[in-house]
Amino acid sequence: MSETDENGSEELITTEVQPKNKSARKDVTGTVVDVEELDVWYGDEKALDDVTMGIDENRVTALIGPSGCGKSTFLRCINRMNDQIEVCRVEGGVRFKGKNVYDDDVDPVALRRRIGMVFQKPNPFPKSIRDNVAYGLRVQGRADYTDIEARCEEALREAALWDEVSDQLGSSGLDLSGGQQQRLCIARAIAPDPEVVLMDEPTSALDPVAESKIEDLIDKLAESYTVVIVTHNMQQAARISDKTAVFLTGGELVEYDDTQKIFENPDDDRVEDYITGKFG
Amino acid sequence: MSTGTGSDPAGITRDVSKEDQKRDRQVKYVLLGCAGVTVATTVAIFLVLFDNASGYFFENRLHEIVLGASVEQVITFTEFFTGTRWAPDHSTPAHGILPIVWGTLTITVGAAFISIPIGTATALYVSEYSSGRVRAYLKPSLEVLAGIPTIVYGYFAISVVTPFILSPVGEVVGLSFGRRSMAAGAFVVGVMTIPMVASISEDAMNSVPYDLRNGAYALGATKFDVSTKVVLPAAVSGIFASYILAVSRAIGETMAVALAAGMTARITLNPSEQIMTMTTYMVNMARGESAVGTVEYQSLFAVGLVLFLMTLAMNLLNDRLKQRFREEYQ
Repeated sequence: MSETDENGSEELITTEVQPKNKSARKDVTGTVVDVEELDVWYGDEKALDDVTMGIDENRVTALIGPSGCGKSTFLRCINRMNDQIEVCRVEGGVRFKGKNVYDDDVDPVALRRRIGMVFQKPNPFPKSIRDNVAYGLRVQGRADYTDIEARCEEALREAALWDEVSDQLGSSGLDLSGGQQQRLCIARAIAPDPEVVLMDEPTSALDPVAESKIEDLIDKLAESYTVVIVTHNMQQAARISDKTAVFLTGGELVEYDDTQKIFENPDDDRVEDYITGKFG
Repeated sequence: MSTGTGSDPAGITRDVSKEDQKRDRQVKYVLLGCAGVTVATTVAIFLVLFDNASGYFFENRLHEIVLGASVEQVITFTEFFTGTRWAPDHSTPAHGILPIVWGTLTITVGAAFISIPIGTATALYVSEYSSGRVRAYLKPSLEVLAGIPTIVYGYFAISVVTPFILSPVGEVVGLSFGRRSMAAGAFVVGVMTIPMVASISEDAMNSVPYDLRNGAYALGATKFDVSTKVVLPAAVSGIFASYILAVSRAIGETMAVALAAGMTARITLNPSEQIMTMTTYMVNMARGESAVGTVEYQSLFAVGLVLFLMTLAMNLLNDRLKQRFREEYQ
């Protein structure tokens, strides 16, 4: 499968790129998202099967697994983006700070204002860079950011894009390169200061240099945000995440533990096979 | 595997694929011929219009003038474009086109006030708000509405719109509506062009990438935010195209307005009065027995030429707007 093909140069990558320095992390204060016995169906097809896991605050959690294993579905359950899909049915609980986001009294719009998301393909709006970053603040009518301009600058700095675009804030976000567009999308996602940032394969459409910049950025983001990232790239998961969840076909969460343990000494044989490229 | 000959060891020269090349050429000429029909028709129509219209203004037609006939202007352009009475077939003829241009414009503007807001709102509903099941019924029913012959709309105006909508409203505001009126004409042409606006706008909205919508939803945008701040701006060039098409259609609409709006050429702002559009005049004249070569007959072509230029102007405007508002979303 494609994942293993991509990793033909596995050894080279792992020896060349040192794992990020994850020492800058705050102490774990608890979990911010708790998923309990989550089942998801698309029509008659089961996409997630009885998944239970807690996501630590201010940590990077990676979700890996072969195509169609449900990792993106899992991500989209957290901010209820799955609501957009008519045939999608969810059972079980996803607690965000203790509140089940699938309770009847939860407004998905309000939920998404607390949880940002970055997509696989950079998707800036066909608007200026400034308007892209300000979009979330504007639709949320955030009175606490009276100075939208200042918050935009801050978000662009956090997304490591400010130095490259500070003199062209009025030009279209689509004029940027792919990697810059993705950092713009990250700036856009963090501008309203969410608690959690979900990333769905944010570097899969980018070249290696742009990818490496985004990885540096994700490491920094974990100082202020909880990051949950879906990735096809196992080296990426190993480099940037604190904890890793391995999903396998059928939507089963096979193993969830510290990233180091998953990659060095997984409990489950299937995880070891998947990581070493024998399976998947 | 075909092996090459001495001069063509690789088997890749034109000789090898002769048959394929021939078929390719034939297909190309057939397609070109089909495309040529449209162009030729347009050119022919324009020439005929122009030729006869020149006969209206100059006594002799253009091709006769070219062949040596005398040039004598019988109807001045000043009279034609600024005169306020239109009666080429009257015993004391008048050749001011303004009343019937006015008739066409009032119907067009009135219709646009109905079709543009309702059509755009319908498109937004179908594209952004409706569930898949509703859409599955709504979109085809719009297309059915678009397929109804326009004369049926004319009868609809006379038998339903006037007695059950316009007359009661007229009583409240103090207007008395007869069988035919400007308002009835504008109303049915407006209703008739709703499907056109809705259907083309909806296609434009639908082609806005889902990635953009998802980006906005993930930022906590409501459906209304996504509709107005993401989908509408990104689809604006297609939406404008639908407006222009609807307006062009309203300008050219004939049978429904002939039935609903009346046959009296006059400049008025009173929506309960009868008016006459350019197309109504033409269908009237063509139906009558004005002999070929008479002034009445040739006036048809002069009016037709003006109509042609108006729709041409709308098409050019459409192209300009498309350029101006084209949204590049990748």
